[in-house]
Amino acid sequence: MSETTNTIETFANQEYKWGFVTDIEADSIPRGLSEDVVRLISAKKNEPEWLLEWRLKAYRHWLTMKEPTWANVHYPKIDYQDIIYYSSPKAKKDGPKSLDDVDPELLKTYAKLGIPLQEQAILAGVAVDAVFDSVSVATTFKAKLNDMGIIFGSFSEAVREHPDLVRKYLGSVVPTSDNFFAALNSAVFSDGSFCYVPKGVRCPMELSTYFRINAKDTGQFERTLIVADEGAYVSYLEGCTAPMRDTNQLHAAVVELVALDNAQIKYSTVQNWYPGDKEGKGGIYNFVTKRGACRGVNSKISWTQVETGSAITWKYPSCILQGDNSVGEFYSVALTNNYQQADTGTKMIHIGKNTTSTIVSKGISAGHGQNTYRGGVKILKSATGARNYSQCDSMLLGDKCGAHTFPYLEVKNTSSQVEHEASTSKIGEDQIFYCRQRGISTEDAVSMIVHGFCKEVFRELPMEFAVEAQKLLGVSLEGSVG
Amino acid sequence: MALLEIKNLHAEVAGREILKGIDLTVEAGEVHAIMGPNGSGKSTLAQVLAGRELYVVTAGEVIYDGKDLLAMSPEDRARNGIFLAFQYPVEIPGVSNLYFLKAALNTIRKSRGEEELDAMDFLNLVREKMKLMEMDQTLLNRPVNAGFSGGEKKRNEIFQMAVLEPRLAVLDETDSGLDIDALKLVSAGVNTMRSPERAMIVVTHYQRLLNHIVPDFVHVLSEGRIVKSGGKELALELEESGYAGLGIEDQEEVARI
Repeated sequence: MSETTNTIETFANQEYKWGFVTDIEADSIPRGLSEDVVRLISAKKNEPEWLLEWRLKAYRHWLTMKEPTWANVHYPKIDYQDIIYYSSPKAKKDGPKSLDDVDPELLKTYAKLGIPLQEQAILAGVAVDAVFDSVSVATTFKAKLNDMGIIFGSFSEAVREHPDLVRKYLGSVVPTSDNFFAALNSAVFSDGSFCYVPKGVRCPMELSTYFRINAKDTGQFERTLIVADEGAYVSYLEGCTAPMRDTNQLHAAVVELVALDNAQIKYSTVQNWYPGDKEGKGGIYNFVTKRGACRGVNSKISWTQVETGSAITWKYPSCILQGDNSVGEFYSVALTNNYQQADTGTKMIHIGKNTTSTIVSKGISAGHGQNTYRGGVKILKSATGARNYSQCDSMLLGDKCGAHTFPYLEVKNTSSQVEHEASTSKIGEDQIFYCRQRGISTEDAVSMIVHGFCKEVFRELPMEFAVEAQKLLGVSLEGSVG
Repeated sequence: MALLEIKNLHAEVAGREILKGIDLTVEAGEVHAIMGPNGSGKSTLAQVLAGRELYVVTAGEVIYDGKDLLAMSPEDRARNGIFLAFQYPVEIPGVSNLYFLKAALNTIRKSRGEEELDAMDFLNLVREKMKLMEMDQTLLNRPVNAGFSGGEKKRNEIFQMAVLEPRLAVLDETDSGLDIDALKLVSAGVNTMRSPERAMIVVTHYQRLLNHIVPDFVHVLSEGRIVKSGGKELALELEESGYAGLGIEDQEEVARI
């Protein structure tokens, strides 16, 4: 067994491969948060009055709220007055018109991350709305999407060009007062992505955004809003890595999805932010609110996430199943290594008749990692014939990590069906030896066993993402077994 | 030069000495049966040859194909042609049998400087070997050993052996848990693998397997030492008089790993 433990420790000691800081002059505002800062952010972005009011309302509400403490995570108190709430790469006033206008340093950063902005994006058929720190700098495939009536671009741009749409849906799924971090985000969000797919349109490509936190000590407050109108379909990919640094960084994003009648949204995330070093120093605090509303009949929202990064993850992509026959899905792989902590899961709220939800959660803990699944399934009185299936599996690598499961079920309709399954397993020395006896190296064996464990989730990812996720898992575990 | 030469091999597990000086020479093309009562060290010998780290070699040496076997990692041994058919094949949920075997074969091929097989060639090879073992195709897409019956697991081991084509195969109690039909099938599979280039060490408690896989040599192990060696007739002798006829009694059960 000690061999396996050693192996696991070697894997766990793998360094973060993507830590570097890009040298770009950032246009930052002073530290701290006040009504003036909120006004300043809004002014810097030339926002309409209604949005400023919306932000201020959120800010005032935030002042009355307390940071939540129920999650199974531990971190030093965050000083919200010591955070810089806005920074953007210094560029021409109007922003770049094309990739040629983009800072070459920035493009180099993306290249290092393996983000194929120019040629490879075209080859891969991926439209990339790249968010560098807080401002979108490049968007591809826009014209093609435009022809189909699909709106996809930065949030700020959407506010300027499609204010009615933004105003109609912003905050309609995650209200400004929803929770501490969502309120904070609503007050100070800098940018993000917006997507609207019109009636009956099937978005022909995977939409993709790469987020990246760069400027030192800058909180990152992304806002994403995706609306699929009646009969529309869209698949959205979100992936990220962050540069290495010492101080903890707060990330409090909000993602809202709205699916109308017969619409379908597939939202996939691969998250690999800097997790902190081997001793647990540094790393991103990822406090994210993600929620989708299946507003229409027969609508469907699927969340698929592969979370390997961040020092702390606090994240519960959820579905409000309002429309009759609507479907919510949550497929998750969360990996914690070294001193990472993750408290993640989902909420499925069944309101409409014959609504169904599926939850498949795979937690992998290595090193001193702590992995918590927290899930809520709520079946309201109105949800006749609702069904839920939940499966939570945990895998432990080594003997210093932990796995925890907190499933909450609340059923108010007797015609509904709720199932919950859970398991915990350990990668055994015997499994690894069996593979090695067949010529397979220890690292490959671990990667194979873990991949087998996560298979049900990986097959929900779009092809190109599945490959990336698999690699990421391999890299994140390298040295955690060796 | 012999394919395998074991000299004065001592090994212990959890501080307890199990092998107390094994000497054994195996030439290519030979089939050696290792028999002995429970706890005599048969399985320990098999595991030590495969490189299981739970077993600590305290003295002696093992030369395989002119190399110091004990200095090699388990995967290196496998890549150099050593195959262990496990007494208790291990389950790997979520990893298909086919994927597992392809990874194994291609790793081994790569280490030999051979080209990796693509999906089509691999599938053809696998189909051919499956016929040999009369294995159900559906087993290929099922996770490695997960939900397999005892007999299916053992057949799967021999099937893997057929695909990987080792130079030295160590079969650890391959007959345990098999009914007579399965035993015949597995033995037939093993027999087709016999060749002048390949050696086999067949570890078994009972003589019945040796009716089907007829060995060239039989060794009786007791308390960590080979106490008697002979031809195939030694197995028959044992069948008649039992281990007690040789003055050997069942030894204290070694903790199963």
